[in-house]
Amino acid sequence: MQCQECHERPASLHFSQTINGEKREIHVCEKCAKDKGYVTNPGEDMYTLHHLLAGLFNFEPDTMKPSTPHDNLSLKKGLECPNCSMSFSQFKKIGKFGCATCYQTFSSHLDPIFRRVHSGNMKHNGKIPKRKGSHLHVQKQIESYKEELQQLIEKEEFEEAAVVRDKIRGLQANEEAGDDS
Amino acid sequence: MSLKDFMNKSISPWMREKGPHSDIVLSSRIRLARNFSNQTFPMLASEEQLEGIKDIIVEHYGDQTFKSYENFSYVSMNDLSAVEKSVLIEKHLISPHLVKRQKRGSGVLICDNEQVSIMVNEEDHLRIQLYFPGFQLHEALKEANAIDDWLETHIDYAFDETKGYLTACPTNVGTGMRASVMMHLPALTMTKKLNRMIPAINQLGLVVRGIYGEGSNSVGNVFQISNQITLGKSETDIVEDLISVVHQLVEAERHTRVELIDHSKVQIEDRTFRSYGVLEHSRLIGSQEAATCISNVRLGIDLEIIEGVSENILNELMVLTQPGCLQHYASTALKPHERDQLRADIIRERLQLEK
Repeated sequence: MQCQECHERPASLHFSQTINGEKREIHVCEKCAKDKGYVTNPGEDMYTLHHLLAGLFNFEPDTMKPSTPHDNLSLKKGLECPNCSMSFSQFKKIGKFGCATCYQTFSSHLDPIFRRVHSGNMKHNGKIPKRKGSHLHVQKQIESYKEELQQLIEKEEFEEAAVVRDKIRGLQANEEAGDDS
Repeated sequence: MSLKDFMNKSISPWMREKGPHSDIVLSSRIRLARNFSNQTFPMLASEEQLEGIKDIIVEHYGDQTFKSYENFSYVSMNDLSAVEKSVLIEKHLISPHLVKRQKRGSGVLICDNEQVSIMVNEEDHLRIQLYFPGFQLHEALKEANAIDDWLETHIDYAFDETKGYLTACPTNVGTGMRASVMMHLPALTMTKKLNRMIPAINQLGLVVRGIYGEGSNSVGNVFQISNQITLGKSETDIVEDLISVVHQLVEAERHTRVELIDHSKVQIEDRTFRSYGVLEHSRLIGSQEAATCISNVRLGIDLEIIEGVSENILNELMVLTQPGCLQHYASTALKPHERDQLRADIIRERLQLEK
């Protein structure tokens, strides 16, 4: 099959795109895929047929090759959780973490998974446990004040904006004072 | 034990109360997944580690009362018979996963009115569940957060600044929250409108599935709508999204019921009265048929076609006619045909209670 963009090279990436419920089949070569922005970072997120078949967790290109004893050894050696001893290949097979430390151990490989599972989201935006110190709470408060400030400025409500601005300054000053002590 | 006493025991007290929109929304639930920091997750934890987690929970929270949730008592999975475990699953107080694990240190902390259950050493160290009757997601979230804060007084949670609450499964990371509602949608199912709405609902990051958890088909037109995404959105935003979809489903269901009455009154009457007849007279009834008939009768009650039967009958019989509950009532293991017989007996007797 030819690439539907350049009509020269053979198409090596095949995927379907759904926009507003309309499904479209796309067959392109690797170069056009990059040029047209279908693939942003080749090593990280390539939707080739192989990758799709390999499922949600088996996104690593290396695992698609027939494994040699050397590969297995290096993969295992490179990625094993120091706390619970779970290896990255085990994690991919089971789809579950062994402990909280696994999140750090495998961190460089996890973003594509989170992105797929959580519709592109990769950063927590919700509740913060009280025990994790007041710092995070203050940071969050500052962020939400900043949003409020932006909205007030857009609505040209400058008097109220000034009040919010002072609140932000107050929090930031407290934070800095806290860091020094 | 009389059926009345058994019913009182089998139906969770919170379930007997009426909530907003309870003609369509049977219950609202918030579930939070939480783990202890510096502790291996239950799947790989040793029995000693699991026991350690359980001991902390029992020591600080066993026999405690928090707000209106009285006398949290801990039940160990090892102390329960197979039938008792099924009853807890059917009442949605524990998950099938907790039973399957069969490890030491697995159990559940349940308060008196069964509104809150905290599973210990399921997939995560803690799974906090809170139910409200009817459509009350805001209240459920507020209360679940309060319980979460209460637990945090003695527990250091596994939490990461960017990834949020760390969970065993990547699908729960972030808020660790699953918000859901149980809805009775007979008109939308009958007219096949629900199937057409599901893709749109999915696009909002919400999932529609039959009751009794993942991978099972809908029983008796009862569906669970819940959030799929736990990372990137705040708890409030997730709940708001769910609320707006549920409101639309409630409106669509109401509207379709009116349409059905306007255009197919006799057919609906026929369907509900036939089902009522089956429930009132059958001597053997399978769980699928029972669920279908109970749903039809409940629709008949909501549409004022059937009078003199309380609307609670759906919630009650959905629990009472499950295999675990039947065997609990019989106090013995039953073969499938024996269950069908007892199920028919219980349903007839339950209908008699109304007369």
